[in-house]
Amino acid sequence: MKLLPAVLTLLAALATTAVAAKNVTLLNASYDPTRELYRDTNAAFAAQWKAQHGDTVTIRMSHGGSGKQARAVADGLPADVVTLALARDIDVLAERGLLPRNWQQRLPDNSAPYTSTIVFLVRKGNPKKILDWSDLVRPGVQVITPNPKTSGGARWNFLAAWGYALRQPGGNEARAKAFVHALYRHVPVLDTGARGATNTFVQRGIGDVLLAWENEAMLARQEMGGSDVEIVVPSMSILAEPSVAVVDRNVDKHGTRAVAEAYLKFLYTPQGQAIAAKHHYRPRSPQVMAKFASRFPKVQLFTLKEVFGDWNQVNARFFADGAIFDQIGPGN
Amino acid sequence: MRRRMLPGFNLSLGYSLSYLGLIVLLPLAALTWKASGLGLGGLVELLRVPRTLAALKLSFGGATLAAAINVVAGLLVAWVLVRYRFPGRRLFDAVVDLPFALPTAVAGIALTALYAPNGWIGQWLAAFGVKIAYTPAGVLVAMVFVGFPFVVRTLQPVLETLEHDVEEAAETLGARRWQIFLRVILPMLVPTLLTGFALALARAVGEYGSVIFIAGNIPMKSEIAPLLIVQSLEQFDYAGAAALGVAMLAFSFVLLLLITLLQRWSRRWAENAP
Repeated sequence: MKLLPAVLTLLAALATTAVAAKNVTLLNASYDPTRELYRDTNAAFAAQWKAQHGDTVTIRMSHGGSGKQARAVADGLPADVVTLALARDIDVLAERGLLPRNWQQRLPDNSAPYTSTIVFLVRKGNPKKILDWSDLVRPGVQVITPNPKTSGGARWNFLAAWGYALRQPGGNEARAKAFVHALYRHVPVLDTGARGATNTFVQRGIGDVLLAWENEAMLARQEMGGSDVEIVVPSMSILAEPSVAVVDRNVDKHGTRAVAEAYLKFLYTPQGQAIAAKHHYRPRSPQVMAKFASRFPKVQLFTLKEVFGDWNQVNARFFADGAIFDQIGPGN
Repeated sequence: MRRRMLPGFNLSLGYSLSYLGLIVLLPLAALTWKASGLGLGGLVELLRVPRTLAALKLSFGGATLAAAINVVAGLLVAWVLVRYRFPGRRLFDAVVDLPFALPTAVAGIALTALYAPNGWIGQWLAAFGVKIAYTPAGVLVAMVFVGFPFVVRTLQPVLETLEHDVEEAAETLGARRWQIFLRVILPMLVPTLLTGFALALARAVGEYGSVIFIAGNIPMKSEIAPLLIVQSLEQFDYAGAAALGVAMLAFSFVLLLLITLLQRWSRRWAENAP
């Protein structure tokens, strides 16, 4: 009991020094595979901010499935910035008035400072000779991809397959639908998230090919199954644009707007772009991309906008209840 | 007015009711209120979707089967733990509680690791062409796992108070062993077995964490109802998610009510037995 006053004094002293040094704390709500990326980014940004302004910035992270994170912020998680897997999840926040609807125009490149794409992870030596999307629907090939209803990454997988089929010679919507339908008949397990699917493929040994974020695939090869898997880059894939935004309502309440905006702009600086590239995200800056070119195989990329329009249209058409995925997904 | 044994009846009753209201009824009311956005017509419409029906069937069918398996296996284990003395008995007794204590996701991952085609058990089963992980059988395995302690723990205290003299009396009257079990012991245990069954069932119906890893989650095949709720939430369809929740709640309520009635009936039957 005698300890209590001492502890209180110590805490009070700590609190006063903290105020004097002007501590700023930001909360970044992000999706699952960005843990390593933001660990480095946060350290670099904090160092830069300290050098320029003398204040200490602490950035706390919250990770989870992209949709789940959006819901948490909508329901009151006081995130100053969101860095999610797809623009759709930030649109939801805009619909609820947490930030303006034109948020995507506030930063360069559709507010997506780094991009990724969808590639294949196959077993060592590629025993089933999977080289392109069309090989996924060959008899005897099992494909692992999570459920697009619960996973942002899985939506990119679905759209990448659809776009590929659409852009083949003689491709049309009906053929694309038939191709994706056939593809999902080769899916034996439908995990709820991208990390779960990676686990099923790498640890449980299920399936011949995993559809994955390029950055996840590279990480999986590096850390999880090192020598057991290899990456196959298809002839064509989708340009996945994970988006970032300042949550206006929260930064105005916390008085952190200036830091939060600087934090997101930092992602576009050469230093921020190099950190993204180091963590297997494709940088937007051509100079940085040129420096890391050997890491990112050449692949023909189409954007969501070119092929499908915006996320509202995509959702209504493919992923809403009773929409195309419900008609042609596994079990149908 | 008759004097009650304990003072402060009004206070304690009031306390119990408000506590029950706060902890149980308020969340359920909120759930129903969220679902009301859909209306009764919407609820019926939802229940007519084949995929929803298949998921409900798997959740309730699997949970019933798992509870039945647990009643048989649990009775055996409880019997052994109560009636026999052997080295390591206390350790075994403690192990029974593990499914309670383990975070469900950990249980799910462990079970999947065991039963996957490259797992310890899965590879032997795979040799015979039997698949457990990523099939409805996997769902059953996880449900049996999480429900098991409920049966053992409800049976143990009752088995401990069971009088040996009754069995001895039966034996002196010339009853065979199976007769003693079926006509003397079992009738006394039926109400408790039903309680254990109900608890194991209720736990398995709502189980998400451990099932999700081993299920495979293929619509119409191995997709459980709680996953459909999560999927609705992912699409920001709060009303749809709540409606499914209310439907599950209603089914569970009816099931538990039936079990309670059965229990009453069996108790009366046991008392009136010759």
